[in-house]
Amino acid sequence: MARRVFFAQRQYIIIAIMVTVVVIYVSKLFYIQVLSDKYRLLAESNVRRSLVQYPPRGVIYDRHGAKLVTNEPAYDLMVIPRQVKDPDTLELCRLLELEVKQFRHRLQKARHYSPYKASIFLEQISKESYGYLQEKLYRFPGFFVQPRTLRKYPYPVAASILGYVGEVSQAEIDKNDYYKSGDYIGKSGIEKSYEEELRGVKGMRIVMVDVFNREKGRFEEGRYDVPQVQGEDLITTLDLDLQMYAEKLMQGKRGSVVAIEPSTGEILTMVTAPGYDPNLLIGRQRAKNFSMLSEDPQKPLFNRALQAQYPPGSTFKLVVGLVGLQEGVLSVNTRYGCNGKGSSPIACSHSHASPLDLLGAIEQSCNPYFWNVFRTSIDRFGYTNTRKGYNEWRRIVTSFGFASPVSPDLLNQAKGNIPKDSYYDKYFGENGWRSLTIRSLSIGQGEILVTPLQLANLAAIIANRGFYIPPHIVKRAGNRQLTFEKKTTEVDRRHFDPIVEGMNHVFEASHGTARWYKIDSISSCGKTGTVQNPHGKDHAMFIAFAPKDNPKIAICVVVENAGFGATWAVPIASLLMEKFITGKVKRPEVEENMTKANLIEE
Amino acid sequence: MRERRNIFHNADSTMIIIYILLVLMGWLNIYAAVFDENHVSIFDLDTSYGKQALWIATSALLIIIIMMTDPRFYSGFSYLIYGGIVLLLIAVLGIGREVAGSKSWIEIGSFRLQPAELAKFATSLALAAYLGRTHVNISDLKTKIMVGVLLGIPPVLILLQNDTGSAMVYAAFIFVLFREGLSGGFLIAGFTAALLFVTSLLLNQWMVMGGMAVVLALVGWQWQRGKRPWLALTGIFLASSLFVLSVDYAFHKVLEPHQKTRINVLLGKETDLKGAGYNVHQSLIAIGSGGVAGKGYLRGTQTKYNYVPEQSTDFIFCTVGEEWGFAGSLVVLGLFLALLMRIISQAERQRTAFARIYGYCVASILFFHLSINVGMAIGLLPVIGIPLPFFSYGGSSLWSFTILLFIFIKLDSHRNEVV
Repeated sequence: MARRVFFAQRQYIIIAIMVTVVVIYVSKLFYIQVLSDKYRLLAESNVRRSLVQYPPRGVIYDRHGAKLVTNEPAYDLMVIPRQVKDPDTLELCRLLELEVKQFRHRLQKARHYSPYKASIFLEQISKESYGYLQEKLYRFPGFFVQPRTLRKYPYPVAASILGYVGEVSQAEIDKNDYYKSGDYIGKSGIEKSYEEELRGVKGMRIVMVDVFNREKGRFEEGRYDVPQVQGEDLITTLDLDLQMYAEKLMQGKRGSVVAIEPSTGEILTMVTAPGYDPNLLIGRQRAKNFSMLSEDPQKPLFNRALQAQYPPGSTFKLVVGLVGLQEGVLSVNTRYGCNGKGSSPIACSHSHASPLDLLGAIEQSCNPYFWNVFRTSIDRFGYTNTRKGYNEWRRIVTSFGFASPVSPDLLNQAKGNIPKDSYYDKYFGENGWRSLTIRSLSIGQGEILVTPLQLANLAAIIANRGFYIPPHIVKRAGNRQLTFEKKTTEVDRRHFDPIVEGMNHVFEASHGTARWYKIDSISSCGKTGTVQNPHGKDHAMFIAFAPKDNPKIAICVVVENAGFGATWAVPIASLLMEKFITGKVKRPEVEENMTKANLIEE
Repeated sequence: MRERRNIFHNADSTMIIIYILLVLMGWLNIYAAVFDENHVSIFDLDTSYGKQALWIATSALLIIIIMMTDPRFYSGFSYLIYGGIVLLLIAVLGIGREVAGSKSWIEIGSFRLQPAELAKFATSLALAAYLGRTHVNISDLKTKIMVGVLLGIPPVLILLQNDTGSAMVYAAFIFVLFREGLSGGFLIAGFTAALLFVTSLLLNQWMVMGGMAVVLALVGWQWQRGKRPWLALTGIFLASSLFVLSVDYAFHKVLEPHQKTRINVLLGKETDLKGAGYNVHQSLIAIGSGGVAGKGYLRGTQTKYNYVPEQSTDFIFCTVGEEWGFAGSLVVLGLFLALLMRIISQAERQRTAFARIYGYCVASILFFHLSINVGMAIGLLPVIGIPLPFFSYGGSSLWSFTILLFIFIKLDSHRNEVV
């Protein structure tokens, strides 16, 4: 019996063990539930997901409201690797048009990123594939589709002006902390220069998700959400009809067209040829197409209208004349003789009546005439005081927008070049140069370089008789009308009249270099140029505006390796002005000749 | 003729009230664990809480049957019940249905039964009957062998079903045997073995053996009572060295990879938050994020959004911890401890050895389930899938614990009667 009692005491040992275990558990619970904060934070990070809300990018319109760039829904196929359960790989590959090897590689990549978090498996599935895929997707757990927007270009024109959108690079992320990896950003053209207006501001939705990443509700009733701000729509200055027509005329040619509305500086049309279809640079094929375009020897990604620099050739004679008039070294009645090809120190391209006055010299593009004008400008303060004469001349010339980027909202403009005196000092030694040394400037050759945009602006300045609004491509962003400051040249208004008259003769007088392409109903003004090209056939160049009074359009056309300016550049400019002003072209045969011509040697 | 009495006459109200509280709290937590806005009707049989409500209702029926049965039935038919369950355990190996890797279910129509759960009370009855005979002495080798066989058959059969967790429960009977006179050495040996197991996995096995040699030498050196027992100590050293060496072998050769990882994760040798450690990690997050007062009923994010796996069965304690906080955990553990204390104190008051031993069986089994289940949920023990009594979702489990407890309540209500 003692033994029994002894054993009964053991109940206390058993009770002690039980109480000990429970006390240990309570201590641990006290630690993790009451003392430690760690698990509360971990729990929050478990269920909290910040979903970035991408506002739709602004739509880009032409000047009349036609949509040039719109948004199209696209779909990224996302995957959460852990939820993927032995899929019918072959079937899925067939749906996605993927090779099995690629499929495995992508899945491996996603798994490497995180087996629990969603990552992009396949980017930008088209709307068509999405519709098809959506019906079958339930058979592939772990895969789901996330919508996003892609750019779409309803018309395959103006690619290099509009630019394109792409994923941000690391450099762009480093520069601006607004961007996170995977965001999209304007990479060129308007998409880039108006990036901030177009993109809007990203929003943030904080939601709670379950373990399968399914959304379960808003975190704290959305108290920490950040609303998104929609991107602003842009109204560009482009005229879609004219743009399309210009691109049609420029097909099969290398060169550029820039047309400006003189009174406002609005760029009506800007073409670089050869161009490309902007739709090539969206969606999954972008990388492939981009490298194809960048390797193309015709350089379609190079915007010749902005980036190509040419000597202005004879078109520059207008400026030489204007400076002469302003400086008082030239009058409308000033005459200089010309011996045609035998002229010295600069020969003329052809023989013509001599001597000519200013209007005749413009009409016939006489080289010796403008050399003489240039010489008198430079030697104004004495034959040896070249520097002062040249610097004065250069000051007036640069007031036309030369030697610096002329547009406030176009990217990657070349500056062009009107050499500084220091350049000649370096080249010929200080005071080692005279007007004769730099004589090729008088006919727009030599070191001088301009862009087609600057030349179009020159046409606009003359059309305006002395001032310009910097040529720009966007006139309205959201509700804001964009304004650009008017700039006045150093040449007085009255000096423009004889120059305009001379340019009118180019079209309308008996010896005018553009007389074959006179527009019957419109009194037009122009000036041809042939740019000597040491690498091949000369470049044809033409600047013009119309109508002569109250001009509506100023234009510059450059056709590379096309020879004499009048042959190719004039008809294209003429057709474009007729089209813009009258709305239709009455010279189908000219139009046909131009569209069919292929000047690019393969 | 005996007068007809209320079947609950003399039944211990403390145990019954705690039982009812635990079952109801369990159901509330199952409801919370699987709660979603689409199924709000509490009797929706598509959901686990709907089914659990059915199990609770049928448990009430079982309770009535148990309370109506003459208590002598349990002692008289204990071997028969034991034998029947052993046959079921054998049968399940043949006709059983495999669920989640364990072949432990018998399917009759849409009704599924887990014999391993019922084996607990059957074994308890048989053990109580065997040890409850007069003049039984547990120090006899013959008795020890018989007890070993009695307690050995069910876990071996359950192990064959690949249900390690349920088999381990039989270790709980060591408390019963201890109470009935088994040398305390077994309890100490068991504890030491567990300690050696863990240390030899954590440390180099040679270091463990060296440490042991030092400890045993000190014990011998300090020995006060008579001759120093060097021979016994050397024997202990050799036996434990053999054990330590075999742990290493067993760990690498016998345990399955997932079991190894579970142990390694627990010992902190592996941090595998995506794989084996995921469950425990998420369970800790859920419980730990509950704070003092919890997030509120049905407002637990970790459990509601399925971050914690198996949360209506093995990890039901997560819902308690997350939604009711430290306060709720304390209440649940307190109720269990109170129940255990009450069972033990009532067991000690029994006149018959049968009832006392059975009472200890009930307490030991409940305690084992409680400590393993909660210990696993708070990261103190490896992940062993056994249910929390009365709480966890599951018909077989709820029935088995109900039967287990109420047979004792029935026996207890008759303790004053002359047998």
